[in-house]
Amino acid sequence: MALIWVLLAAAVGAPLAAAAMSPLLAWRDPVYILACFAGIVALWLMLVQPLLIAGYLPGLSGRPGRRVHHWIGGALVVMVVIHVGGLWITSPPDMIDALLFVSPTPFSPFGVIAMWAIFAVALLAASWRRFGLRPRTWRIAHMLLAIVIVVASVVHGILIEGTMETVSKAALCMLVLAAAIKVIGGLRLWQKRETLRRET
Amino acid sequence: MTTVVLNRRNLLVGGSAVLATGVSGLLLPARAQGLAPTDSMSGGANNYRKGAAIVDRIGKGGFWMSGTVRRAGDGAPLAGQRIQIWAHTTEGREHEPQSHGATLTDKNGAFRLEIPQIIPVFGQPHGHLAYDSGEFKTVFLRPVMRSAKETSLEAHFVLQPV
Repeated sequence: MALIWVLLAAAVGAPLAAAAMSPLLAWRDPVYILACFAGIVALWLMLVQPLLIAGYLPGLSGRPGRRVHHWIGGALVVMVVIHVGGLWITSPPDMIDALLFVSPTPFSPFGVIAMWAIFAVALLAASWRRFGLRPRTWRIAHMLLAIVIVVASVVHGILIEGTMETVSKAALCMLVLAAAIKVIGGLRLWQKRETLRRET
Repeated sequence: MTTVVLNRRNLLVGGSAVLATGVSGLLLPARAQGLAPTDSMSGGANNYRKGAAIVDRIGKGGFWMSGTVRRAGDGAPLAGQRIQIWAHTTEGREHEPQSHGATLTDKNGAFRLEIPQIIPVFGQPHGHLAYDSGEFKTVFLRPVMRSAKETSLEAHFVLQPV
Protein backbone atom coordinates (compact mmCIF):
# COMPACT_ATOMS: atom_id res chain seq x y z
CA MET A 1 0.00 0.00 0.00
CA ALA A 2 3.02 2.20 0.58
CA LEU A 3 3.88 1.56 -3.07
CA ILE A 4 1.48 4.21 -4.36
CA TRP A 5 3.10 6.80 -2.07
CA VAL A 6 6.54 5.86 -3.37
CA LEU A 7 5.29 6.10 -6.95
CA LEU A 8 3.61 9.42 -6.23
CA ALA A 9 6.80 10.81 -4.69
CA ALA A 10 8.79 9.54 -7.67
CA ALA A 11 6.30 11.18 -10.05
CA VAL A 12 7.35 14.58 -8.75
CA GLY A 13 10.87 13.72 -7.55
CA ALA A 14 12.11 12.44 -10.91
CA PRO A 15 11.03 15.47 -13.01
CA LEU A 16 12.24 17.88 -10.33
CA ALA A 17 15.63 16.16 -10.09
CA ALA A 18 15.97 16.00 -13.88
CA ALA A 19 15.01 19.68 -14.21
CA ALA A 20 17.48 20.57 -11.46
CA MET A 21 20.21 19.13 -13.69
CA SER A 22 19.12 21.14 -16.73
CA PRO A 23 22.02 23.08 -18.29
CA LEU A 24 19.55 25.93 -18.93
CA LEU A 25 19.51 26.75 -15.21
CA ALA A 26 23.01 28.22 -15.46
CA TRP A 27 21.61 31.07 -17.59
CA ARG A 28 18.49 31.74 -15.53
CA ASP A 29 17.71 33.98 -12.56
CA PRO A 30 16.44 32.41 -9.32
CA VAL A 31 12.99 33.93 -9.87
CA TYR A 32 12.75 32.35 -13.32
CA ILE A 33 13.90 28.97 -11.95
CA LEU A 34 11.35 29.20 -9.14
CA ALA A 35 8.62 29.93 -11.70
CA CYS A 36 9.61 26.86 -13.75
CA PHE A 37 9.66 24.55 -10.73
CA ALA A 38 6.31 25.87 -9.54
CA GLY A 39 4.98 24.76 -12.92
CA ILE A 40 6.34 21.23 -12.41
CA VAL A 41 4.82 21.02 -8.92
CA ALA A 42 1.49 22.32 -10.27
CA LEU A 43 1.49 19.57 -12.90
CA TRP A 44 2.12 16.99 -10.20
CA LEU A 45 -0.66 18.37 -8.00
CA MET A 46 -2.99 17.69 -10.95
CA LEU A 47 -2.00 14.04 -10.63
CA VAL A 48 -2.70 13.97 -6.88
CA GLN A 49 -6.13 15.63 -7.13
CA PRO A 50 -8.10 12.85 -8.90
CA LEU A 51 -6.32 10.15 -6.87
CA LEU A 52 -7.54 11.80 -3.65
CA ILE A 53 -11.10 12.05 -4.87
CA ALA A 54 -11.16 8.46 -6.10
CA GLY A 55 -9.81 7.32 -2.73
CA TYR A 56 -6.72 5.69 -4.23
CA LEU A 57 -4.41 7.12 -1.57
CA PRO A 58 -4.37 4.94 1.54
CA GLY A 59 -5.58 6.74 4.65
CA LEU A 60 -6.96 9.57 2.55
CA SER A 61 -10.23 8.28 1.19
CA GLY A 62 -13.62 9.76 1.83
CA ARG A 63 -13.85 12.89 3.94
CA PRO A 64 -10.13 13.33 4.80
CA GLY A 65 -9.29 12.80 1.13
CA ARG A 66 -11.75 15.48 0.13
CA ARG A 67 -10.34 17.89 2.72
CA VAL A 68 -6.79 17.36 1.40
CA HIS A 69 -8.19 17.75 -2.15
CA HIS A 70 -9.43 21.23 -1.14
CA TRP A 71 -6.06 22.20 0.33
CA ILE A 72 -4.23 20.95 -2.72
CA GLY A 73 -6.62 22.93 -4.92
CA GLY A 74 -5.50 26.01 -3.00
CA ALA A 75 -1.87 24.99 -3.36
CA LEU A 76 -2.42 24.62 -7.11
CA VAL A 77 -3.66 28.22 -7.29
CA VAL A 78 -0.57 29.33 -5.33
CA MET A 79 1.75 27.42 -7.71
CA VAL A 80 0.09 28.98 -10.75
CA VAL A 81 0.44 32.45 -9.20
CA ILE A 82 4.16 31.80 -8.50
CA HIS A 83 4.59 30.44 -12.05
CA VAL A 84 2.93 33.39 -13.77
CA GLY A 85 4.34 35.96 -11.32
CA GLY A 86 7.89 34.66 -11.70
CA LEU A 87 7.63 34.69 -15.49
CA TRP A 88 6.18 38.21 -15.36
CA ILE A 89 9.19 39.41 -13.33
CA THR A 90 11.55 37.60 -15.73
CA SER A 91 10.14 39.17 -18.89
CA PRO A 92 7.05 41.37 -18.53
CA PRO A 93 6.39 41.84 -22.27
CA ASP A 94 6.44 38.08 -22.94
CA MET A 95 4.04 37.41 -20.04
CA ILE A 96 1.70 40.22 -21.11
CA ASP A 97 1.63 38.78 -24.67
CA ALA A 98 0.77 35.38 -23.25
CA LEU A 99 -2.03 36.72 -21.03
CA LEU A 100 -3.48 38.67 -23.97
CA PHE A 101 -3.33 35.59 -26.24
CA VAL A 102 -1.02 37.34 -28.73
CA SER A 103 2.12 35.43 -27.86
CA PRO A 104 4.10 33.86 -30.72
CA THR A 105 4.67 30.69 -28.68
CA PRO A 106 2.04 28.02 -29.41
CA PHE A 107 2.01 26.68 -25.83
CA SER A 108 1.17 30.00 -24.15
CA PRO A 109 -2.59 30.09 -24.80
CA PHE A 110 -2.93 26.57 -23.37
CA GLY A 111 -1.18 27.68 -20.19
CA VAL A 112 -3.37 30.76 -19.86
CA ILE A 113 -6.55 28.74 -20.49
CA ALA A 114 -5.49 26.23 -17.81
CA MET A 115 -4.74 29.13 -15.43
CA TRP A 116 -8.22 30.64 -15.82
CA ALA A 117 -9.84 27.23 -15.50
CA ILE A 118 -7.91 26.60 -12.25
CA PHE A 119 -8.96 30.01 -10.90
CA ALA A 120 -12.56 29.30 -11.93
CA VAL A 121 -12.62 25.95 -10.09
CA ALA A 122 -11.11 27.57 -6.98
CA LEU A 123 -13.69 30.35 -7.07
CA LEU A 124 -16.57 27.92 -7.61
CA ALA A 125 -15.28 25.56 -4.92
CA ALA A 126 -15.21 28.42 -2.42
CA SER A 127 -18.58 29.89 -3.29
CA TRP A 128 -20.84 27.56 -5.31
CA ARG A 129 -23.28 27.55 -2.41
CA ARG A 130 -23.28 31.32 -2.26
CA PHE A 131 -23.89 31.40 -6.02
CA GLY A 132 -26.92 29.19 -5.40
CA LEU A 133 -25.62 26.32 -7.54
CA ARG A 134 -26.94 22.83 -7.01
CA PRO A 135 -24.30 20.26 -5.98
CA ARG A 136 -24.82 18.44 -9.26
CA THR A 137 -24.32 21.63 -11.33
CA TRP A 138 -21.17 22.44 -9.38
CA ARG A 139 -19.83 18.90 -9.88
CA ILE A 140 -20.47 18.98 -13.63
CA ALA A 141 -18.82 22.41 -13.89
CA HIS A 142 -15.85 21.17 -11.86
CA MET A 143 -15.53 18.08 -14.04
CA LEU A 144 -15.63 20.05 -17.31
CA LEU A 145 -13.10 22.56 -15.98
CA ALA A 146 -10.92 19.70 -14.70
CA ILE A 147 -10.83 18.24 -18.21
CA VAL A 148 -9.86 21.65 -19.61
CA ILE A 149 -7.17 22.06 -16.93
CA VAL A 150 -5.61 18.65 -17.52
CA VAL A 151 -5.66 18.73 -21.31
CA ALA A 152 -4.48 22.36 -21.60
CA SER A 153 -1.73 21.88 -18.99
CA VAL A 154 -0.39 18.74 -20.65
CA VAL A 155 -0.34 20.39 -24.09
CA HIS A 156 1.28 23.48 -22.53
CA GLY A 157 3.97 21.38 -20.86
CA ILE A 158 4.73 19.13 -23.81
CA LEU A 159 5.15 22.02 -26.29
CA ILE A 160 7.60 23.95 -24.08
CA GLU A 161 11.30 23.68 -24.66
CA GLY A 162 12.46 24.52 -21.17
CA THR A 163 14.06 23.22 -18.02
CA MET A 164 12.02 19.99 -17.82
CA GLU A 165 13.79 16.92 -19.13
CA THR A 166 11.81 15.38 -22.00
CA VAL A 167 11.28 11.81 -20.76
CA SER A 168 10.34 12.70 -17.17
CA LYS A 169 8.07 15.44 -18.50
CA ALA A 170 6.29 13.07 -20.89
CA ALA A 171 5.96 10.47 -18.11
CA LEU A 172 4.43 12.94 -15.66
CA CYS A 173 2.06 14.25 -18.36
CA MET A 174 0.96 10.70 -19.17
CA LEU A 175 0.32 9.97 -15.47
CA VAL A 176 -1.74 13.16 -15.14
CA LEU A 177 -3.79 12.24 -18.22
CA ALA A 178 -4.20 8.61 -17.14
CA ALA A 179 -5.35 9.57 -13.63
CA ALA A 180 -7.84 12.09 -15.03
CA ILE A 181 -9.24 9.63 -17.59
CA LYS A 182 -9.48 6.83 -15.04
CA VAL A 183 -11.14 8.91 -12.33
CA ILE A 184 -13.37 11.15 -14.43
CA GLY A 185 -14.25 8.33 -16.80
CA GLY A 186 -15.00 6.04 -13.89
CA LEU A 187 -17.21 8.47 -12.00
CA ARG A 188 -20.41 6.58 -12.82
CA LEU A 189 -18.75 3.31 -11.91
CA TRP A 190 -17.70 4.83 -8.64
CA GLN A 191 -21.27 5.94 -7.94
CA LYS A 192 -22.48 2.45 -8.72
CA ARG A 193 -20.02 1.03 -6.24
CA GLU A 194 -21.40 3.42 -3.67
CA THR A 195 -24.97 2.41 -4.38
CA LEU A 196 -23.86 -1.21 -4.20
CA ARG A 197 -22.25 -0.54 -0.86
CA ARG A 198 -25.39 1.15 0.32
CA GLU A 199 -27.48 -1.82 -0.78
CA THR A 200 -25.36 -4.39 1.01
CA MET B 1 -17.62 28.74 -93.58
CA THR B 2 -16.24 26.86 -90.65
CA THR B 3 -18.47 25.16 -88.23
CA VAL B 4 -17.47 25.56 -84.65
CA VAL B 5 -18.00 22.27 -82.97
CA LEU B 6 -18.73 22.67 -79.35
CA ASN B 7 -17.88 19.42 -77.70
CA ARG B 8 -16.44 18.63 -74.30
CA ARG B 9 -12.86 18.35 -75.59
CA ASN B 10 -12.90 21.68 -77.43
CA LEU B 11 -14.43 23.39 -74.47
CA LEU B 12 -11.81 22.01 -72.12
CA VAL B 13 -8.90 22.97 -74.38
CA GLY B 14 -10.28 26.37 -75.26
CA GLY B 15 -11.42 27.03 -71.75
CA SER B 16 -8.06 26.25 -70.21
CA ALA B 17 -6.32 28.41 -72.85
CA VAL B 18 -8.54 31.34 -71.90
CA LEU B 19 -7.98 30.61 -68.24
CA ALA B 20 -4.21 30.39 -68.71
CA THR B 21 -3.89 33.71 -70.53
CA GLY B 22 -6.47 35.36 -68.35
CA VAL B 23 -4.97 34.27 -65.06
CA SER B 24 -1.37 34.95 -66.01
CA GLY B 25 -2.45 38.30 -67.42
CA LEU B 26 -3.93 39.09 -64.03
CA LEU B 27 -0.97 37.76 -62.08
CA LEU B 28 1.92 39.22 -64.05
CA PRO B 29 1.48 42.91 -63.26
CA ALA B 30 1.13 41.95 -59.60
CA ARG B 31 4.39 40.07 -59.80
CA ALA B 32 6.08 43.08 -61.38
CA GLN B 33 4.84 45.18 -58.47
CA GLY B 34 6.67 42.58 -56.56
CA LEU B 35 8.09 41.61 -53.29
CA ALA B 36 5.78 42.13 -50.32
CA PRO B 37 7.21 43.85 -47.24
CA THR B 38 8.00 41.72 -44.19
CA ASP B 39 5.51 42.10 -41.36
CA SER B 40 6.70 42.40 -37.78
CA MET B 41 6.37 39.12 -35.91
CA SER B 42 4.31 38.91 -32.73
CA GLY B 43 6.55 39.30 -29.70
CA GLY B 44 9.32 40.58 -31.97
CA ALA B 45 9.73 43.87 -30.11
CA ASN B 46 9.84 42.29 -26.65
CA ASN B 47 12.76 43.53 -24.51
CA TYR B 48 13.87 45.89 -27.31
CA ARG B 49 16.31 48.63 -26.34
CA LYS B 50 16.31 51.46 -28.82
CA GLY B 51 19.62 52.48 -30.32
CA ALA B 52 21.95 49.56 -29.61
CA ALA B 53 25.53 50.42 -30.64
CA ILE B 54 27.09 49.04 -33.83
CA VAL B 55 29.53 46.36 -32.67
CA ASP B 56 31.98 43.91 -34.28
CA ARG B 57 30.63 41.15 -32.09
CA ILE B 58 28.30 40.77 -29.10
CA GLY B 59 30.22 39.39 -26.12
CA LYS B 60 32.50 36.46 -26.86
CA GLY B 61 30.51 35.33 -29.89
CA GLY B 62 30.21 31.73 -31.10
CA PHE B 63 26.79 32.01 -32.73
CA TRP B 64 26.03 33.61 -36.11
CA MET B 65 23.00 35.75 -36.71
CA SER B 66 22.69 36.56 -40.40
CA GLY B 67 20.23 37.67 -43.03
CA THR B 68 19.42 40.05 -45.83
CA VAL B 69 17.70 43.38 -46.22
CA ARG B 70 15.85 44.16 -49.45
CA ARG B 71 13.45 46.80 -50.65
CA ALA B 72 9.80 45.92 -51.04
CA GLY B 73 8.60 45.91 -54.63
CA ASP B 74 11.72 45.48 -56.75
CA GLY B 75 13.64 43.43 -54.16
CA ALA B 76 16.78 45.54 -54.54
CA PRO B 77 19.38 44.80 -51.86
CA LEU B 78 19.73 47.64 -49.37
CA ALA B 79 23.28 48.49 -48.32
CA GLY B 80 24.29 50.25 -45.11
CA GLN B 81 21.09 49.41 -43.21
CA ARG B 82 21.33 49.16 -39.44
CA ILE B 83 19.95 45.90 -38.00
CA GLN B 84 19.69 45.57 -34.25
CA ILE B 85 20.04 42.15 -32.70
CA TRP B 86 19.35 40.82 -29.19
CA ALA B 87 18.66 37.48 -27.54
CA HIS B 88 18.86 35.50 -24.33
CA THR B 89 22.36 34.03 -24.53
CA THR B 90 25.02 32.35 -22.42
CA GLU B 91 26.28 35.84 -21.60
CA GLY B 92 23.12 37.70 -20.71
CA ARG B 93 19.38 37.91 -20.39
CA GLU B 94 17.33 39.30 -23.23
CA HIS B 95 16.71 42.71 -21.62
CA GLU B 96 20.29 43.34 -20.48
CA PRO B 97 22.32 45.92 -22.43
CA GLN B 98 25.22 43.57 -23.10
CA SER B 99 22.85 41.25 -24.97
CA HIS B 100 22.13 43.97 -27.55
CA GLY B 101 24.14 45.10 -30.57
CA ALA B 102 23.75 46.33 -34.13
CA THR B 103 25.40 45.78 -37.48
CA LEU B 104 25.18 47.24 -40.98
CA THR B 105 24.31 45.48 -44.23
CA ASP B 106 27.02 45.17 -46.91
CA LYS B 107 26.64 46.19 -50.56
CA ASN B 108 24.63 43.01 -51.25
CA GLY B 109 22.19 43.86 -48.48
CA ALA B 110 23.54 41.04 -46.31
CA PHE B 111 24.36 41.25 -42.61
CA ARG B 112 26.11 38.91 -40.22
CA LEU B 113 26.84 39.43 -36.53
CA GLU B 114 28.51 37.05 -34.13
CA ILE B 115 26.73 36.81 -30.79
CA PRO B 116 26.98 34.42 -27.82
CA GLN B 117 25.11 31.09 -28.04
CA ILE B 118 21.33 31.57 -27.85
CA ILE B 119 19.67 29.72 -24.95
CA PRO B 120 15.96 28.79 -24.99
CA VAL B 121 13.93 31.27 -22.98
CA PHE B 122 10.19 31.42 -22.46
CA GLY B 123 9.95 27.96 -23.96
CA GLN B 124 11.60 28.58 -27.33
CA PRO B 125 15.18 29.12 -28.54
CA HIS B 126 14.77 32.38 -30.44
CA GLY B 127 16.45 35.64 -31.38
CA HIS B 128 15.22 39.17 -31.95
CA LEU B 129 16.08 41.53 -34.82
CA ALA B 130 14.90 45.02 -35.54
CA TYR B 131 15.07 47.50 -38.36
CA ASP B 132 14.17 50.80 -36.71
CA SER B 133 16.05 53.61 -38.46
CA GLY B 134 13.22 55.67 -39.90
CA GLU B 135 13.86 55.56 -43.65
CA PHE B 136 11.70 52.47 -43.99
CA LYS B 137 8.84 51.19 -41.85
CA THR B 138 10.02 49.62 -38.60
CA VAL B 139 10.11 45.80 -38.58
CA PHE B 140 10.68 43.51 -35.58
CA LEU B 141 11.50 39.86 -36.23
CA ARG B 142 11.59 36.94 -33.81
CA PRO B 143 12.99 33.87 -35.62
CA VAL B 144 12.92 30.53 -33.77
CA MET B 145 15.75 27.99 -33.98
CA ARG B 146 14.82 24.49 -35.19
CA SER B 147 16.89 23.12 -32.32
CA ALA B 148 18.55 24.72 -29.31
CA LYS B 149 21.79 23.03 -30.44
CA GLU B 150 22.04 25.13 -33.62
CA THR B 151 24.78 27.74 -33.74
CA SER B 152 23.30 30.06 -36.33
CA LEU B 153 20.01 31.72 -37.17
CA GLU B 154 18.76 33.65 -40.20
CA ALA B 155 16.23 36.42 -40.61
CA HIS B 156 15.33 38.34 -43.75
CA PHE B 157 13.89 41.81 -44.06
CA VAL B 158 11.89 43.27 -46.95
CA LEU B 159 11.43 46.91 -46.05
CA GLN B 160 8.76 49.32 -47.19
CA PRO B 161 9.70 53.00 -47.66
CA VAL B 162 7.85 55.24 -45.24
